[in-house]
Amino acid sequence: MNMNGGQALMKALENEGVDILFGLPGGAILPVYDPLIDSSIRHVLVRHEQGAGHMAEGYAHATGRPGVAMVTSGPAATNIVTPLCDAYMDSIPMVVVTGQVPYAAIGTDAFQECDTTGITMSVTKHNYLVTEAADIPQVIHDAFYIATTGRPGPVLVDIPKDIVDPNNPRSAMEWYTPDSHDLPGYLPNQAGDAELIRQAAKLICEAERPVLYTGGGILKSRGAEALLELAEMTGIHVVTTLMNRGGFPDDHPLCLGMPGMHGNYTAVTAMQEADLLIALGARFDDRVTGKVGEFAPLAKIVHVDIDSAELGKVRRPDVAIQGDCRVVIEELVKALKEMGGSEAQPDRNQWRSRISGWQERFPLTYEQSKGDELLKPQYVLEQLRDSTPSDTIVASGVGQHQMWTSQYWKFNHPYTWVNSGGLGTMGFAIPAAIGAKAGRPDRMVWAVDGDGCFQMTAQELVTAATEGFPIKVALINNAYLGMVRQWQEMFYEERYSEVYLTRDVPDYKMWAEALGCVGLRVESPEEVGPAIAQANEIDDQPVVVEFRCEAEENVFPMVPAGMSNSDVVVDPSQRDQPR
Amino acid sequence: MSAADGGGTTTLVVRVENKAGVLARVAGLFARRGFNIESLAVAPTDDERFSRLTIVVGVDAAPMEQVVKQLDKLVNVVDIRELNPAASVERELMMVTVRADPEIRGQILDLVRIFQATVLNVGYDEIMVSLTGSPSRVDDFEGLLRPYGIVDVQRTGKVALPKLVKAAPDPLAP
Ligand SMILES: Cc1ncc(C[n+]2csc(CCOP(=O)(O)OP(=O)(O)O)c2C)c(N)n1
Ligand SMILES: [Mg+2]
Repeated sequence: MNMNGGQALMKALENEGVDILFGLPGGAILPVYDPLIDSSIRHVLVRHEQGAGHMAEGYAHATGRPGVAMVTSGPAATNIVTPLCDAYMDSIPMVVVTGQVPYAAIGTDAFQECDTTGITMSVTKHNYLVTEAADIPQVIHDAFYIATTGRPGPVLVDIPKDIVDPNNPRSAMEWYTPDSHDLPGYLPNQAGDAELIRQAAKLICEAERPVLYTGGGILKSRGAEALLELAEMTGIHVVTTLMNRGGFPDDHPLCLGMPGMHGNYTAVTAMQEADLLIALGARFDDRVTGKVGEFAPLAKIVHVDIDSAELGKVRRPDVAIQGDCRVVIEELVKALKEMGGSEAQPDRNQWRSRISGWQERFPLTYEQSKGDELLKPQYVLEQLRDSTPSDTIVASGVGQHQMWTSQYWKFNHPYTWVNSGGLGTMGFAIPAAIGAKAGRPDRMVWAVDGDGCFQMTAQELVTAATEGFPIKVALINNAYLGMVRQWQEMFYEERYSEVYLTRDVPDYKMWAEALGCVGLRVESPEEVGPAIAQANEIDDQPVVVEFRCEAEENVFPMVPAGMSNSDVVVDPSQRDQPR
Repeated sequence: MSAADGGGTTTLVVRVENKAGVLARVAGLFARRGFNIESLAVAPTDDERFSRLTIVVGVDAAPMEQVVKQLDKLVNVVDIRELNPAASVERELMMVTVRADPEIRGQILDLVRIFQATVLNVGYDEIMVSLTGSPSRVDDFEGLLRPYGIVDVQRTGKVALPKLVKAAPDPLAP
């Protein structure tokens, strides 16, 4: 079939199962926007290309399918660098198509030319500069394959204008449907080594104080069910990192919740005291380990990861298993069953009672506001959690509100937590929530955002309003870049430097209305529940609920940066408790 | 010890797809991960789909295991061999132009003979020679020429292949 490169691009995207594309047109990508009109793919017109990238990420978080964004060359390509880096850090499958100046003009500093593949080389899993129209079907097929297999990640495809422009003879091509990949340097491996899996099973059967340290690899490998089986068969407690909230139900008696810098005391301390850490799709990030040399000093390590470069990168494992988390866990469960299953597990009652002791002495806690104090953000989050369906998808920005959300929400379903972990990108919440809603229109989607974050990407609420994505935003207005304020309070002798945002400017209610949303404002605890109920009722428009919160509230527990996890600072009310 | 002696270095022989930008990907990875390249040689292979990079890496700067694993993640990197200097044959080419007034030209030609180097070009007061040899032999030659006054020198960086098995298999073995 004869066609031009632009038509081939749309057909190739359709063949990959793409149903939605987040983007914004411009000169270099213009020819592709014409065949788009005839395509089955829905296009969502964003207000800033960063929004398109985060929407694609949110879509991928919520569905497990690759998110796709399409933008033009030059400034549009640079605008999407942040989402690419974000997706790279958090291993999010994503394909970004960028326009480029005509092939012959590359290197001449042409209008809106930039070295997109050069700029994005270090923040993509792989990228392509396509030089011939005939290469488009194969490159798109390869791009999706690379983005979604092995350790997932973003792939960028840069397409010069001439090969998609029907007025240019260089765009003429014959369609073909690629049925294979010629990628001799890319051979992702799923299965773990059987002998190593047996060794891991043996360590598990010997361990007196084991902890399952589970990361984003659980969700990426669709391994939540396998993890549940492993935990229940062995009776081993589970910590879920920021990237794996929802990968193991918070309500499960074996769940210890989030570890790390703002993890809860029990999760942090159980890892610290463990004699065996079974790390599944987790990467010993500095926000989890604290001072690496003093992290879990007594623990042997079993480390399972699809990316062999993670094995031994930070902490030398005793058993290192390269493989897909789900596949390896299933094999591990088999190996453990052969060794006697739950019968073969040692008596761990003492360990269990230490854990429940910590849970009793050091629960998450805060002091409810009194008199005319403003709201406590933790209270807002508890109310939100308790008044929304349990499968609600929650997206968050970056800062204190993010940590409170992860701490106070009860994640009982996989793929309900959409968050920027590795890069910590302020402004992620709103576009990511839109992407999640696009992927899961059947679900209620709340974004929990900070006032600082909100001001970075609020314009995408226009996209939500006009494109029909009725997301809801809980805006935690504490008048500060709160997380930075907390560090200045604790580590810079309360010398506050450039962290005050103001309480009343902008007027968030009016701004929300101007953006095409319903705007609500809440100042007292009695209003919180009714406002959430009101927001939950609205399904034909996005809603922004501004919660006016105390500025001075800090996130605890906290392991100060560079300190050992054994020095975790607990809430002031718990500081006299015996550890 | 200099890098050419193999001191504190490891040689990686990396087969890559022969595609635009691959060298930039490899160099960019080294820069981003804080690994140090001592020398780098690029050459085509007998299969035109691939090129071979011979990279000498400073081992003190980075755990070699991480270097190899991160390199291996590049989609265009096909395979990587780590060559221990003791178990490989290494060669490097040097071209050098030395001051050689007619009265001392003979001394330089003596060195050329001893090292089995090659005279490439002769000027009225300079001489250009080349030497192929192990990096340490090339170092020695360069050192001996230096007092005469080196005008220009270029070295390729080393290439290497693993040493071959010496003992033939026992024909009587089952
Ligand atoms: C793009 C970006 N710039 C700066 C930072 C550094 N930073 C981390 S948290 C934070 C404060 C966020 O403020 P806000 O959105 O109001 O959230 P809060 O901490 O007050 O809940 C800042 C500035 C960042 N993570 N991302
Ligand atoms: Mg704030």
